[in-house]
Amino acid sequence: MVVVGGGHAGCEAAAAAARCGATTVLVTQRWETVGVMSCNPAIGGLGKGHLVREIDALDGLMARAADRAGIQFRVLNRRKGPAVRGPRAQADRALYRQAVQDLLSETEGLSLLEGDVSDLIVQGSTVAGVVLRDGTRLTAGAVVLTTGTFLEGLIHLGDTRTPAGRMGDPPSRGLSARLRAFGLAVGRLKTGTPPRLDGRTIAWNRLDMQAGDDPPEPFSVLTDAITTRQVSCGVTRTTEEGHALIRANLDRAPVYSGAISGRGPRYCPSIEDKVVRFADKTTHQVFLEPEGLDDPTVYPNGISTSLPEDVQVAFVATMPGLEKARILRPGYAIEYDYVDPRCLTAGLQVRDVPGLFLAGQINGTTGYEEAAAQGLLAGINAARTASGAEMVTVDRAQAYLGVLVDDLITHGVSEPYRMFTSRSEYRLSLRSDNADERLTAAGVLWGCVGARRQQVQRDRTEALVAGRRLLDSLTLTPTEAGRHGLRVNQDGVRRSAFALLAQADVGMARLAAVWPELGSLPGWMAERLTSDAIYAVYLDRQDRDIASFRRDEAVSLPASLDYAGLPGLSAELRHKLSAVRPATLGQAGRIEGMTPAALAILAARARDRFGAELLG
Amino acid sequence: MSGADSDPEQQSPRRCRMTGDTIFALATPPGRSAVAIVRISGPASRFALETICGQLPAPRVASLRTLRDATGEAIDRGLVLWFPGPASATGEDCAECHVHGGRAIVEAVVQALACLPGCRPAGPGEFTRRALENGRIDLTQAEAVADLVDAATDAQRIQALRQEGGALRRAVARWRTLLVEVLAQLGAILDFADESDVGEDHARDIAQVALADISASLSAALRDAKRGERLREGFLVVFAGAPNAGKSSLVNALAGRDIAIVTPHAGTTRDVVTVDVAFGGLPVRLADTAGLRETTDPVEAIGIARALDQAEDADLTLWLSPDGFGGLAPPGDVILKVRTQIDSVPERLDDGRADLSVSALTGEGLDALRNRIVELLGGSVVIPSLVTRERHRLAMIEALGHVQAARDGLTAGLWPELVAEDVRLAVRALDELVGTVGVETVLDRLFAGFCIGK
Repeated sequence: MVVVGGGHAGCEAAAAAARCGATTVLVTQRWETVGVMSCNPAIGGLGKGHLVREIDALDGLMARAADRAGIQFRVLNRRKGPAVRGPRAQADRALYRQAVQDLLSETEGLSLLEGDVSDLIVQGSTVAGVVLRDGTRLTAGAVVLTTGTFLEGLIHLGDTRTPAGRMGDPPSRGLSARLRAFGLAVGRLKTGTPPRLDGRTIAWNRLDMQAGDDPPEPFSVLTDAITTRQVSCGVTRTTEEGHALIRANLDRAPVYSGAISGRGPRYCPSIEDKVVRFADKTTHQVFLEPEGLDDPTVYPNGISTSLPEDVQVAFVATMPGLEKARILRPGYAIEYDYVDPRCLTAGLQVRDVPGLFLAGQINGTTGYEEAAAQGLLAGINAARTASGAEMVTVDRAQAYLGVLVDDLITHGVSEPYRMFTSRSEYRLSLRSDNADERLTAAGVLWGCVGARRQQVQRDRTEALVAGRRLLDSLTLTPTEAGRHGLRVNQDGVRRSAFALLAQADVGMARLAAVWPELGSLPGWMAERLTSDAIYAVYLDRQDRDIASFRRDEAVSLPASLDYAGLPGLSAELRHKLSAVRPATLGQAGRIEGMTPAALAILAARARDRFGAELLG
Repeated sequence: MSGADSDPEQQSPRRCRMTGDTIFALATPPGRSAVAIVRISGPASRFALETICGQLPAPRVASLRTLRDATGEAIDRGLVLWFPGPASATGEDCAECHVHGGRAIVEAVVQALACLPGCRPAGPGEFTRRALENGRIDLTQAEAVADLVDAATDAQRIQALRQEGGALRRAVARWRTLLVEVLAQLGAILDFADESDVGEDHARDIAQVALADISASLSAALRDAKRGERLREGFLVVFAGAPNAGKSSLVNALAGRDIAIVTPHAGTTRDVVTVDVAFGGLPVRLADTAGLRETTDPVEAIGIARALDQAEDADLTLWLSPDGFGGLAPPGDVILKVRTQIDSVPERLDDGRADLSVSALTGEGLDALRNRIVELLGGSVVIPSLVTRERHRLAMIEALGHVQAARDGLTAGLWPELVAEDVRLAVRALDELVGTVGVETVLDRLFAGFCIGK
């Protein structure tokens, strides 16, 4: 099979397909840009960190690469509950790229080809390979497109427009026309990146500095410890002077002059957006993140912009500590083509085009983690398709990956889609600390988990079961608890260590003072068991919710159902159902505006397939 | 396309779905009746039956049981039936409780069920949907499923329209807007604390104020709920008086048909007989009762006791007498004295204490009586209540419970994701009433209010 694109989606797709046993070719414009972080030099964060752990649980690359390249690790939301804590790391851009390239090189069955894919080989309605610009034809059982921002990419910098996939790289052309010819809805989205600064011209001594966690917490269960040197970030802020400058030059910003038609992400606004939309704010925080240990480049996080270069230079100088800062490369906005993801199945295959898979920004998402997670799933399924196996899916109750895919294929996108913990209704169950428990066993069945991780996982599972048994077996009376300074109701009921752990003011450290054997539990296990204990009551309720959710997911709707001709549905619902073509009754229920009566009609069709065939 | 996700024929149809939730609902028309049937369907049916009735009856055999609530207090004695799946109406384990048709009794049974884990009130058409999914009814029957409101009277129609036109929808929409605001504030704390200028304390304060507002408003709506139910189920007008005061004749005359046995013998009506009529657009239930007198006949004594019970629960009691209102006075808050049989009983026997005079035989005074009844009952329905169905009420009670839990959690400094979980469940409870709220709604609110993004 063939993967087109060497970004985060493409690398995971290619590696996953190869792990599943498919002979895989990764086609990219240049080998040296494989694994490049085009924008922010960071991996993880809230919601995103969950995705990285899930990628790791399925033996993907991202977590391991970030562990090798990370130069500042921080678990966000430390002061909140474990379900919403998100591991994040800033990465050395060069080390990260190297780590990804190394991991790919170690992957058996994977080869790399430099080339520019301009078209697909189509046999009937099936995709059977790719055509390169030089005319080379590669046949394949399945193709995964991960074009990122390259598909008809157009860079905006002030009023200058340059066709490009990324600053310095040409765009991908021709594929959009092919996708449109399949009848897919192709639209435009926009994203942006800030100017890069020369760290040697920043007055660091006048800035607040922010250090990472000590010790740093790795992403991957395969990483024992972080060995890369750790660094701090600087923090500065925008000023009223800078805001005034931006306001005065708004007519030169392509977003406001009307030159850009694509929609950008609201949660990653450009600095001109911030100044306009939040006019009452007189300052915004800006993090100055080093791009590498041996690289003076600094990424000023928070001032993405497409204003002309002269305005960028003047604006940067209005920030404390940046008065003399030199811009190494200006910020810019980029517009690119994406495909309405409602054309996809839950396995990320284009529903009506067998053999064609889409992953990453082409599906309307933003972010390395979102892209990588999709790439992984698409890679597994492309490999399975090529070998004739059934496709696999991940549901909303299983992983953020499931939430991501289901949101995309059910709701489509109106702006670049980013993951948040608030997107998951099972947030308390889908934690970054239990991704392996949720996914690795499934990954083993799908064939995408290597021998080493299988062994590690077996050991962890065994240890966890033993740990839980230990916590359940250790008990004390309220009087004894009182003697150890633990506050519990004096009701005469013996409590287990696990039950005590559920109390907010009792941590594993306090229990270890009572039972010394608990002091030797490894950190990850103490954390996991504490989470389980704290959320136990909520998780019982959530388990019931999940059972109810899975019931509707188990009722599949016929793919051939003709919604346009289905009596009893409103015109609006018919239209939506025709666009989404839900695979299950549950998915149908998540379509906006769905009514109980309409669901009852669909349920009837689901049950009476024979009737549905006749009527459809 | 290949694989399981594209080809439905590869998956065998499910014969019987034993589902996680157990649902229950009143299966007979609401309001007073000789017997009311509460249906239960789902895996916890057996557990529910055993919990409220004690011993499980033999399958499909009606058995007499005492129904008890969570505290063990007796609710009623009635017939219960146990239908193990799949040979049941829905294909799941099912049960029925046949109880006396009083509002209080039905409500107590429903409440007792609602307290059980895994049990919840059925959504509209849900029994039908389960029957459908389990193959107990066919496609044509399914297509006939429609959630049509059977509006028997004008006032009911107005209330139905009020709901249809969105009174409840608007109220729920307002609560949801507030809950979405709370979720947005909590979302900002949870998802963007590290990358924006979110003031966590401020966000918590806003959430707390919004929750207090919802809590007050939900509580007020629940207090009004009773009135709405009455309007939907019908006002109770009880006919009381001494034996042979002409109660049954008058009920028949007002109803325009013979529903009560009318004889010239005193003590004929030994039980309560009811008939539903519409007066001036109001749904009214006329209840003919046993004549009130001292008696040694045990059967008649039971009838009299029931008559007194009814009168106590009545919205209006008509005290009928042909000759001066001697004997036992009926209980009741609002009593209208009606002199009967003016066609035959000499006027001199009237001592002038009657509010109205009628003749069931000639029809004289009947219109005036109808108008007076409407006048007396109508005053209490100037503003129809928002909440008219038990399902609505239970959903709102559930929402209120979660709102309270969220408030307590915020006050106690609980982790925001746990507070958010309760708010989410409150939203879901309200969604049961009017539809769904997508996460996009929350995000729209969030992005409008916070400057997010590094």
